[in-house]
Amino acid sequence: MPERNVVIGSSSGLHARPASLFVQAAGRQPVAVTVGRPGERAVDARSMLSVLALGAKHGETLVLAAEGEGADAALDELAALVAADHDATESA
Amino acid sequence: MTGAPLRGIGVGGGTASGPVARMAPPPALPAPREVAAGELPAETAAARAALTAVAEDLGRRAAAADGEAADVLTALGMMAADPALADSAEAHVRQGQDAPHALTEAFAGFAATLRAAGGYFAERVPDLEDLRDRAVAHTLGLPMPGLPDPGHPYVLVGADLAPADTALLDPAQVLALVTEEGGPTSHTAILAKILGLPAVVACPEAVSLADGTPVLVDGTAGTVLADPSPGQVADAAAREERRRRAAAASSGPGRTADGHPVRLMVNLGAPHELAAAARADSEGVGLFRTEFLYLDRASAPGAEEQREAYRQVFEAFAGRRVVVRTLDAGADKPLPFATAADEPNPALGVRGLRTAVRHPGLLDTQLAAVAEAARSTGADVWVMAPMVSVPAEARAFAERARAHGLPTVGAMVEVPAAALRAGQLAEVCDFLSIGTNDLAQYAFAADRMLGSLAELLDPWQPALLELVRQTAEAGAAHGRPVGVCGEAAADPLLALVLTGLGVTSLSAAPGCLPAVRAALATRTLQECRTLAGLALAAPDAVAARTAVAEAAGGTV
Repeated sequence: MPERNVVIGSSSGLHARPASLFVQAAGRQPVAVTVGRPGERAVDARSMLSVLALGAKHGETLVLAAEGEGADAALDELAALVAADHDATESA
Repeated sequence: MTGAPLRGIGVGGGTASGPVARMAPPPALPAPREVAAGELPAETAAARAALTAVAEDLGRRAAAADGEAADVLTALGMMAADPALADSAEAHVRQGQDAPHALTEAFAGFAATLRAAGGYFAERVPDLEDLRDRAVAHTLGLPMPGLPDPGHPYVLVGADLAPADTALLDPAQVLALVTEEGGPTSHTAILAKILGLPAVVACPEAVSLADGTPVLVDGTAGTVLADPSPGQVADAAAREERRRRAAAASSGPGRTADGHPVRLMVNLGAPHELAAAARADSEGVGLFRTEFLYLDRASAPGAEEQREAYRQVFEAFAGRRVVVRTLDAGADKPLPFATAADEPNPALGVRGLRTAVRHPGLLDTQLAAVAEAARSTGADVWVMAPMVSVPAEARAFAERARAHGLPTVGAMVEVPAAALRAGQLAEVCDFLSIGTNDLAQYAFAADRMLGSLAELLDPWQPALLELVRQTAEAGAAHGRPVGVCGEAAADPLLALVLTGLGVTSLSAAPGCLPAVRAALATRTLQECRTLAGLALAAPDAVAARTAVAEAAGGTV
């Protein structure tokens, strides 16, 4: 199954605006994407509360996974979102 | 018919009149109802329909909003629309619970996980509680709690505002705020100051105000008048117009009418506030809170991360002063790597500068990062320590800061002992800065977070002003500037009193400065001293404010 390991770039973690952007983008993908910490149970990336409940903070690594037609493109888009520092662009 | 005005604590100056719109209270959960097997599909549908209705309502409001409010509403709507939430509610219905209880349980499950994640994540728990109340209200056929939407401008009246409400509130629709609970440092008060809205908090009689009742809110006097006469409304409107015109016309450094300088600065506590803070017409940052770097993490930020954060602030304020407060951990800001979790009374525990004794490396890393960032930018960087109690602490802090190459070092005066010995602090420091919120809490033995003690925490309390006077006089005797950076500095009338007491700079939310600047320009230093004398001589906070407001003649 295609996977991406990605380090969280936003200083507030996967929370607030970064989490909203991520969950909205996950909902637009043609495939179901899961997100979680390496070796732990992953959650549905389209579930805002599940994503928030990960409590994933700045600098942590997350694993994104998906399967099927378009999985690689979906993972690339979502991984880029997680790696970006949305808090910095907001304050600039 | 016009009666006596209701009294509360005025926060956010000015007056406004308009019809009351109340915040609907959260629904009471009825007794659990047995759900028969045959009712399961209908009960499940009711729970799902409630979540959909809440999500759609928030989506509509998000589409009509912009900026931060739109972001917050969108995020709330996404939480309500979360498939995992609906699935959890359905699972609870299948276990035999009725829709309101199933929804309550589903939200409680997610709230517990977020609370365990701590930091920013735990701060979302009130949002979940708000969404739960909305969904439960829908299943019970009650109006959705939270901000009203009467379709015309209104005076918002409620028990108190929740943190989430503050972002959702539309300043184009809300004329003034009146809350039954809350105090001068509550969310309502802080929001009112940022938006420049007249507000009266801690006004328990406001519970009697019904939807649609016309009211006149005076945020300077702290009064709410129901059914005002047309003459009263016209007088207030003319006064407000003069006040706004004066605020808009004023600019530049703070000065009294006779040219005595009172430095006007902004408070800054998070990166997203930086752009607005730097744009504001101010003489720099009077209080740069650095906790945002440390919250919500398992270990302290490294030197490089800190340096970068400070550099952004210093560059934005190149040519102006930035007063950095070193880490103020503990009490309401616990940090796993700096504070003990087992203190019975954290507000009186190892907090502020006291943590530096236990963790000297934390302070040294921070001072080094501030010094290095200061060198590469054009700001005039000062540092100060929070929660100083005795002169020896200030001396040790000053020595360390200077060793890192930071030439201008100060102590915060938040503990009454520090105010009483301000002269000795001034001997070892370059400046003093009074934090009125904590100083009131410790002087009156009144928890800042307790709305029921709001009266004791009123910055107009003469005993608090007496501590300010002693500190300012001690500073002046040693040629040291003495600033005020609590909520007190945001009140234009109180700013005159503080100036009269000898305070040399005022630091507040950026939106508060124009009104403070305009007020200062109307009075000479000697007139400010006279007003300060009236406040000090008063028996209580209400009398102090009333005496000063009457002497100032309603022009502020």
